[in-house]
Amino acid sequence: MANLSLKGVGKTYGGAQQAAVTGIDLDIADGEFIVLVGPSGCGKSSLLRMIAGLETISTGEVAIGGRVVNRLDPAERDIAMVFQNYALYPHMSVRDNMAYGLKNRRTPKAEIAQRVEEAARMLELGPYLDRKPRALSGGQRQRVAMGRAIVRQPAAFLFDEPLSNLDARLRVTMRMEIRRLQKRLGTTSVYVTHDQLEAMTLADRLVVLNGGRIEQIGAPLEVYRRPASTFVASFIGAPAMSLVDAQIENGQLLLERYLLAHVGNAPGPVTLGLRAEELRIGPAGIPMRVEHVEELGAQRIVHGMIGAQRLSVADGSGAPLSETVLVSVDPARLNLFDTATGRRSELRLTAAQAPLPV
Amino acid sequence: MTDIPLAATRDRRLAGRLAAWWRAEPASPAKRVQFDRPLTPWLFVLPQIAVVVIFFYWPSVQAVTSSFYIEDPFGFGSTFVGTENYRDALASTEYRNTALFTAFFCAVVTALSLGLGLLLAVKADKVIRGAESYRTLLISVYAIAPPVAGLIGMMIFDMHMGPLTQVAAWFGYDLKVGIDYWDTAVALITISVWKQIPYNFIFFLSGLQSVPASVREAALIDAKSEWRRFRDIILPLLAPTAFFLLVINITYTMFDTFPIIDVIVKDKPANNPMTLVYKVYLDGFKGNDIGGSSAQSVILMVVVAALTIVQFRFLERRVHYG
Repeated sequence: MANLSLKGVGKTYGGAQQAAVTGIDLDIADGEFIVLVGPSGCGKSSLLRMIAGLETISTGEVAIGGRVVNRLDPAERDIAMVFQNYALYPHMSVRDNMAYGLKNRRTPKAEIAQRVEEAARMLELGPYLDRKPRALSGGQRQRVAMGRAIVRQPAAFLFDEPLSNLDARLRVTMRMEIRRLQKRLGTTSVYVTHDQLEAMTLADRLVVLNGGRIEQIGAPLEVYRRPASTFVASFIGAPAMSLVDAQIENGQLLLERYLLAHVGNAPGPVTLGLRAEELRIGPAGIPMRVEHVEELGAQRIVHGMIGAQRLSVADGSGAPLSETVLVSVDPARLNLFDTATGRRSELRLTAAQAPLPV
Repeated sequence: MTDIPLAATRDRRLAGRLAAWWRAEPASPAKRVQFDRPLTPWLFVLPQIAVVVIFFYWPSVQAVTSSFYIEDPFGFGSTFVGTENYRDALASTEYRNTALFTAFFCAVVTALSLGLGLLLAVKADKVIRGAESYRTLLISVYAIAPPVAGLIGMMIFDMHMGPLTQVAAWFGYDLKVGIDYWDTAVALITISVWKQIPYNFIFFLSGLQSVPASVREAALIDAKSEWRRFRDIILPLLAPTAFFLLVINITYTMFDTFPIIDVIVKDKPANNPMTLVYKVYLDGFKGNDIGGSSAQSVILMVVVAALTIVQFRFLERRVHYG
């Protein structure tokens, strides 16, 4: 159990022009569950592997529990890692797989046996302890991989997309199990995934990465509600936040010439971020041409066009839709982004506003 | 119908069955998927059977038969002598010495070529970038035919102009390959090992490269000592490759070193070391003792068969196939 601290961490691979990871500053509190999320190639795995010691750190400093580990072997960093394809030793039984790391650290035999038993009980692996990995299902293998990490009682758990080889249903149950275990053990964890839903449900804090840089750090809901950039806005949440071009003229926020709100922001083109569930189909609003409808059961997602721009609206009414519907939004829930930089800018509403019947 | 003789009924039945066999109605698709004539499959396997019979069973039977006869050196008939050829061979000190040397040679060459092949492969595996040229360089030796390897070896070990003889001379040692028993043995072992290393290297290298990267990384986190990781993780995962190579290498030292021995030992004084296979050839074709040589080859056949059975029964059980 320890805190983790990353200072200006960067990685440039040999022969590569550009750095894969640049200037990562991140402080992880003891017992915190951090999820690194981003599209493939964003540097999240490289970052995790640098913490683990499987990649050298090109610049900056990684400290685990106050101890700088830049020059330490992976085995000396007091971390345990769970790999995407489990990485179990195929020739060893489940018991030996879990015990191997402890044996190499000269843990007394009795204690190894006790820790393995305990982990097996926690993960319901008891009946399989003497089996080889090939005789186990995918979910069981993933449990063994977790067991191997748990028995070590390390300062930190590192998870490298551990659930992406499992089928959808198993992924959901394992996700909950990981969260439950981590809460129970209180071990600091860093978890890498490209699945934003996994990231949202697991994390104490999300770290959204793009192009080797941190886009935003924050609690899942904070990231969801107030994305720091258009990248985060489009990456986090399903369906993705609709990003549309809008104008500010004379203190009026206009979308396709329809007035949305009275604002005090500087005039010019802006990018507007609209969450599907914040939009309402109603008797008044901006007309949207319905293109297709995704029926999800509890609600449906209506995809359509406002002028030449795409928009997705969540609708729970189940009422029949006409070819063109009217869409309105609470101005307080609008997300405003700088069109040039893609960064968030705060919307300054003037005058008391009711949802505008535009 | 009762007045038809029994024999006639039987004949008719037989004819009917023959006709049915010829027409060979494909009874049910499950039973007869491939061929509708029972002879067709035999036609297809005939070439293979012919090869096996002509080149394996026939000579084997010949060897076994002639091992019970003493043959006239010029082919004018033969005399049945029972097991005398076997008793002669087994009682002869020369034969026993050759058998001992073969066992020694086999053990040393297999151990050295497997060990060095593995060592080189482990080192090459670490420098993956250079591996392409490294691999090509080391495999190229394998492309050399055994007699050529023997010839090159002979030149290196040559008593008058061989560079190795010169090197030995600098250290005050008089290397006499082809004359001194152990000098010749060393030369034979060196050339045989040298010839076999690339083969082992390639298999070990591909074995090493098929160990998943994530398993290596997991081991990196679990064990600090590189030797432990190799012993506990890499080596067990290489076991199937190693087992295959063991069988191949033993066969190699027993049989395929023949040309190397021939080049080094031929036309040299008679006290040189040789393997059982070479002795079979020497006694049979140089000594014209077909019976004795046949008996020896039958013994060799039995020994190799026994060895192979032992390998598969006892060693393979300890091998893990991923």
